[in-house]
Amino acid sequence: MIDGFLQHLDTLLLLVFGICALIGAALMIVLRQPMRVAMALISTMVFLGGIYGLLGVHFIAAFQVLIYVGAVMVFMVYVIMLLEVRDTAGQRYSAWLLPGLAGFVMLVGVIVISIWRSLPTHTEAGGIGAFGIGKFSVIFLNEYWLHFELTSVLLVAAVVAALAVIGVSRRADAKRRHG
Amino acid sequence: MDRTQLLLALAVALFSLGLLGVIVRRNVLVMLMCMELMLNGVILSLVTFAQQTATTVGAVLVFLIFVVATAEIALAIPIVLLLVRAKRTLDIDAYGDLKG
Repeated sequence: MIDGFLQHLDTLLLLVFGICALIGAALMIVLRQPMRVAMALISTMVFLGGIYGLLGVHFIAAFQVLIYVGAVMVFMVYVIMLLEVRDTAGQRYSAWLLPGLAGFVMLVGVIVISIWRSLPTHTEAGGIGAFGIGKFSVIFLNEYWLHFELTSVLLVAAVVAALAVIGVSRRADAKRRHG
Repeated sequence: MDRTQLLLALAVALFSLGLLGVIVRRNVLVMLMCMELMLNGVILSLVTFAQQTATTVGAVLVFLIFVVATAEIALAIPIVLLLVRAKRTLDIDAYGDLKG
């Protein structure tokens, strides 16, 4: 009986986290100030991390909180504070509001209906504990080492490109200063 | 509707909300954050499929997406900073002269 209750609790928590993530995502479209949008996105990411934890992939939940919330979003919040943007004047939405909304409704409708029809209802093959960090690490570094190296190359390329962008801005500043 | 279908529907909804944000919002930083939301939807679908089939390849893809998202932000933010310094605004309509 306790097991059954726990399984129901699992599904209930999944539903609650999913609804909260959806509310956060919807708030991102509605809210005006970039800082509030960032906070809504952070809450969505944390709830998604909770969903990953409930699914049993704990290391992805940890990555989600550490990398996305801890690094990417902190960087984003820092930039918003640096620019001191305050969206007081002007319109919130572009002229594409109605076509965008229509496309959104159609996309969600079509894909959700196809998901509803196509997937057979059966229990998951995985379950809790199917993905330990140990098993993942062994497979990752044995079979996908090339992809791992390629991502490190991508990161180096991103750092070099960011430095190049800063260099462009410095040269433009110098040109402006000297006339 | 079982759990897998629910999670996939949630992933689709998150991706579509992100796409909607990229289309309808005018603030560049908000558009960037909506792109992150789209990536989050994709990650959720990958995790769901990996969980359903009990394979590791989905988790590996998620790891790669984390790296790509980090690289994207590290590169996009300096570009946005440059644009804001040049145009003094975050409104996407002010950057119309970037069209080819």
